[in-house]
Amino acid sequence: MSILREKLENSNDTVFTAEFPSIDGGGMASVARDAARLAPWFDAVNATDNPAAHAHTSNTTTAIAMKMHGLEPIMQVVCRDKNRLAIQSDLMGGALHGIENVSLLTGDDVTAGDEPEARRVFDIDSIQAINITRIMMGGKYLSGRKINPAPNFYIGAVENAAAPPFDYRIERALKKHRAGASFLQLQICYHPDRLEAFCKGVAKIAPNLKLIPTVVLVKSARPLSFMNDKVAGIDVPNQTVARVAAAADQAKEAYDLTLELARHALTLPGVRGLHVTDFRHDDSLNSFMHDLGQKPRN
Amino acid sequence: MLKKLLPFVEHAIKKPVWDCRMCGQCVLHSTGMTCPMTCPKTLRNGPCGGVRENGNCEVKPEMQCVWLKAYDRKVALPMPTVWKEHFNELRPPVDMRLQGTSSWINLITKRDQQTPAGWSTQDEAH
Repeated sequence: MSILREKLENSNDTVFTAEFPSIDGGGMASVARDAARLAPWFDAVNATDNPAAHAHTSNTTTAIAMKMHGLEPIMQVVCRDKNRLAIQSDLMGGALHGIENVSLLTGDDVTAGDEPEARRVFDIDSIQAINITRIMMGGKYLSGRKINPAPNFYIGAVENAAAPPFDYRIERALKKHRAGASFLQLQICYHPDRLEAFCKGVAKIAPNLKLIPTVVLVKSARPLSFMNDKVAGIDVPNQTVARVAAAADQAKEAYDLTLELARHALTLPGVRGLHVTDFRHDDSLNSFMHDLGQKPRN
Repeated sequence: MLKKLLPFVEHAIKKPVWDCRMCGQCVLHSTGMTCPMTCPKTLRNGPCGGVRENGNCEVKPEMQCVWLKAYDRKVALPMPTVWKEHFNELRPPVDMRLQGTSSWINLITKRDQQTPAGWSTQDEAH
């Protein structure tokens, strides 16, 4: 059983997940470096699938490489670049290498990336992908053809608590849960009130669905403005950007802001952990985890 | 003859009203009378996480999110309760072979209800 599943299903421990940096060359040495940096703090780490519609080393091979370096992967599978056949083969490839945690996403559109001229696929959507993963766990491909033995997945998904239509996001979380998702990693959210309403709503109708909100460690107001302007689905309120921009020490203010958001998120119903994004070279990760009362794992 | 004629008639009616894309497996009644195939990602089970703060689409910033419109209409429009209840149902993957065929014929023949053998919405996980 994966550590993530064990902790979420059989304990009350708070879990911490992160994003593995995209691999663009650098070989296994770079994987080893990043794995060593993340391993002390995280239970499981996302192996992304062409995030923000940029081509990188594939999701399955990244997940395998992480596993080789002792890091438990959550293999993301995105619907933008692959049809239903390729998505099932991604999952089977992961299962072949003992990858248990998977997360099924719709994915950013191709226009968000650096090859906007590409054909978008979206043959199936994320909820259909979740359901197909569950079907595979029952020993069948979508077609009904047998898989023997059936793969063993721990299914996750994502949701954006802060994007409209807000009420419907709660129903959609339940829909993902019913399709087979056991946990939800949530999009970065700078509206604590929206996150709170979402978590309370989900806890009421899907009490077994484990929620993992995301925070991001930044060093100044600039990345906050960038996210607000360039990342569809993330809204950073003007006063939040202004608060960091106006501070004498922007890095400290940005850090404090993230810590406040994290502490608030961890108090919400249904929340079982935190997803921490740190934009790679940020050395504040260690102090951040210490401030949240975490001790490095062996 | 009817099989050839009906797609034209259907398209002539549904294109101006719903911007119908002739997927051949119409779900308008369960999606707030809003065609999910007009979503740039052709999502049939709800909005993606890229909906902008103003409610517009990630891909086409000038257009309102199709699913935001669908949800608002589902809440506001006087529709049969059963249609509203179907809003949150798990819609199966599109059968690409039906593209361009008449969903009316596919409805009558129940061809639009055929799903791959592995697909089942009956045994939900939770």
